[in-house]
Order: sequence, then C-alpha cells, then structure tokens
Amino acid sequence: MSLEVVGLTKIFGEQRAVDNISFTAAAGQITGFLGPNGAGKSTTMKIATGFSLATSGLVLVDGVDVSKDPLAVKKITGYLPEHNPLYLDMYVREFLRFIGRAYQVKNIKSKVEEMIERIGLTRERNKRIGTLSKGYRQRVGLAQALIHDPSVLILDEPTTGLDPNQIIEIRNIIKDISKEKTVILSTHIMQEVEAICDKVVIIDRGQIVADDEVSVLKTEGGDKQAFKMTFESSVDERLFEKFEIDRVNEKELLARASEDNLRAELLKVIAENDLPLASIVKADEQSLEEVFRKLTKSKD
Amino acid sequence: MVTILIKEINEFLDSLIAYVVMGVFLTGIGLLTWVFPDTNVLDYGYASLETLFSLAPYVFMFLIPAITMKSFAEEKRSGTLELLYTLPFRQHDIVIGKFLAGFLLVIVSLLPTLIYYYSLSALGNPVGNMDTPGIIGSYIGLTLLGGVFTAVGIFASALTQNQIVSFITSAFLCYVLYSGFDSVADLALWGNESSTVESLGMLFHYNSLSRGVIDLTDIAYFVGLGYLLLLFTVLIMKRS
Repeated sequence: MSLEVVGLTKIFGEQRAVDNISFTAAAGQITGFLGPNGAGKSTTMKIATGFSLATSGLVLVDGVDVSKDPLAVKKITGYLPEHNPLYLDMYVREFLRFIGRAYQVKNIKSKVEEMIERIGLTRERNKRIGTLSKGYRQRVGLAQALIHDPSVLILDEPTTGLDPNQIIEIRNIIKDISKEKTVILSTHIMQEVEAICDKVVIIDRGQIVADDEVSVLKTEGGDKQAFKMTFESSVDERLFEKFEIDRVNEKELLARASEDNLRAELLKVIAENDLPLASIVKADEQSLEEVFRKLTKSKD
Repeated sequence: MVTILIKEINEFLDSLIAYVVMGVFLTGIGLLTWVFPDTNVLDYGYASLETLFSLAPYVFMFLIPAITMKSFAEEKRSGTLELLYTLPFRQHDIVIGKFLAGFLLVIVSLLPTLIYYYSLSALGNPVGNMDTPGIIGSYIGLTLLGGVFTAVGIFASALTQNQIVSFITSAFLCYVLYSGFDSVADLALWGNESSTVESLGMLFHYNSLSRGVIDLTDIAYFVGLGYLLLLFTVLIMKRS
C-alpha cells in the first residue's frame, strides 16, 4: 500500500506553501520527509490526511484520491499531527477507546489494553492525559495513530521535545511497526533519518530538492564510491589520474569513482607503482546534515 | 455520530458543565416560579406556568451559549480539531454529534420542571383545573427553542477559536432570533408588514405553540431554523 503525491500545490494567499511536488512512499519503507521550518512538510501531511484541501494536484493512498474519498483514506491512515493535540481532560483509556470507536475497531477494550502494553503506557493507563509528561503524551499520540492497525502511517515530527531515551524508544516503536506499513515521518533531526529511514525526501520552500535512498544521498554525486588512502610518505597524485582525486594532506589521498571495484583498481595502481601504502579505508560518507545544508541553503 | 455524542457527553460530565448548567437552571427557574414575590405562582393565584415559560427562554439565552461555547472553539484553539477531522467521521456527523449532546443536556435540565406541572395541578381548584394543552404546547415550544439555541451556539462556536467571543456571539444571536424581530416589528417603518416581520422571530412561534395549538408551521419553523444553522456550521467547518 503506497502513498503517492502527484503535482501537489497549496497556496496560502500569496505564498506557495507547497509548489508542485511529487513523490512516492513505498510500502514497507520508512520515508523521511525533511526540510527546514516552514518548508511545507506539515502542509503536505495535512493534505495527505484529508485535513486540508490542496489548491491543485492530488494525494493517492493505495490509489485512492484523498480529496475524492476522504473517509476511505482516513480509515486506513494513522496520523500523528504536529504538536500532538490530545484531549487533555480525557483519561488515557477513555481517549484510546474513543479513537478506537471512531475507527470502528473490533474488540476495542482488548485492543486498547494491547496498545497500552505495546507502546509502554502501562503505568500511566489510569491517568488523565493532561497530567502526563511530554514523552508519555507522545506515546498516547502514537497509540492513537496505531490503534486501528493502519496500513499508512503519517507522523509529523514524532520525536520533538523528547529526551534522548524517549527519542530512542519512540524510534524503536516506529521502526518495529513499520515493517508491513507505509510510514512517512517528518523531522528535522538528521540522526533520526539515518537511524530509521529507508528513503528521504527533502523539501525546501515548497519544492522537492532531493528524493533518494539515505545511503545514496550520503555519497555525493549519487552512486560514487570513495576511498581514503594513507601512505607512509608523500605520493604523486598524478599516478591515480584515472580516478577523481582529492589531496587531503601530504600523505592522504581521497579517490572517488563510480566503479564497483574501486578498491581493487586502486590497489592495482598501488602495486604497479610499489607505493608505500599504510591503509586504505572506505571514506566517511558526507553526513546527511551536510547534504541537507547544501540542498536547502538560501539561494539568495 | 454516536461516538462524538458519547465523547461530548463525557466531556460535559467530566468538566462539571452539566451539573452547573442543570443546577443554575433549576435553582433560578425554581426561585422565580415558586419563591420570588414578583413572579411566583402562589401569590399570582392562577394555576399557570406562565412564569416558567416566559422566563426560561431568557435563562436559556445565557446557559445554552455557555454549554456550546467551547464545542468547536476549544477544539480549534487546542488543535484537537485536526485529530477529530482526520478520524473517519463525516463532517456533518461531527456537527450533529456535538449538537445532540448539547440538546440532550438542555432536555435533561428541563425534565425536572415536569414536577411543577404535578404540583400545580394539585394546587388547582378544583384539583387538576389548568390549561394542560397550553402547557404541553409550551413544553414542546421550549424544547424546540432550546434546540435552536443549541444550534445557534454550535454555529457561533464554529466561527471563532475564542470561547468568550463564541459565548457573546451566540447569546446575542439567540436574543436577536428570539425577540429581536418582535422589537424591530414595533418600528413604524413596516406599515402593514409588521406582523410578517414579527413572524420571522422565534417569540411569535413560541407564543403560538404555548396557546396549546400544535401548528405544524411553528414546528417546521423551529426545525428549519435549527437545520439551517447546523448546515451553515458544516459549511463553515468545511471551509476552514
């Protein structure tokens, strides 16, 4: 069950919050939806869940147009809105039962207990939501999004404002449940994307600037490999002229190429020239943070 | 719809709104009908519930907006509207669910006043000598009026995210719809049409019902007005 965004545009007054974007989130994958604040992430998610209407373009969930049949889409979608709005006067159980009834879940009582167990709310289950700490509220929000076992899960910044332990727990929960679902998760924490996402869509000022797998995005220029060679003494870099070479310092060279067997090729050159190699390691890929900054930095 | 209804009722019960509304309504109406010298039935000397039926609309005018003021306004302010509108409810189910919860509370507050009917009938001379059809008509009128006021409140609540604005707007709208047309009809500029203007207001139809003749046009007026208000609410919520 996939989620497809096709030529989506949303205009608020003069501003194009989302400008003709298209991407696909495949089933069984976690798609990270990244972008600076105000890039249009939440707007896109609100349209995908049927809360807002698009100015033009459409969102297809399992081939169903959200604006045409919102009810069908809402039934199979779980949504954790930004800021996680909850009915603070309700008790955890009461709230989850309400949500369960809204989704017409069968065996609501046992399902609610199961969800409470799974999401780690056991100790808090008899409390009023208003008395819970932020981390537990976030869990309630997540439980709410998951109670009907949705096939599409849309999470708008699920880990903001949590402490490091809670972040990891929430991430594990998301990762755990994502196996047979389509998950879209917006965030601006890069480590989060690296930790759990399979694919990344980066959006900036309403436009998509990158749409690729995490590993691909990290190796700049797409499918190139990079190796860092350290030598005992200074080496003439012209020996490696058939590769893309950067000199890091006197004894270190960075080689890039799109060949699969780059390491072997490099070693062949080293052997032919009898170079004093100290080590050859796969170079650190650039961090996702750098990629993000490069792609979204202000162009004006 | 039932899910929303249950949620709203739980909210009333949890937040004391239900108890306060019923308590204030019954205390106020009880004092006016039986205790305060200017208005009470005992001094008046006639077995009539005139006081209850002429004053209850004004009490409703404050209490019902208080019941409904948070219904949409609070959901908007706290962001839970997003949660509600991404659950698989149809838009009108949400509006109707919220309306029915408020209406139910109004009806439940009204029920204990049926005791007044019994007391009064026992006080009559001879016992039971009173205008029963008129009272039945008035109860129907008051219930319908409560329904329209609730619809006004829900409508006003959908206009804003500020509960106070919502309260004042709906109290004002209730007043205008109830006796506003009546007052405007008194202005000299209508000539022969003044009775037409008067018939646009709720007071006209309410009085007509309290005469004990259940006229379908009166009932249609209240139901139609309530329906229109709820329809507007659905449209407003759809747009935002």
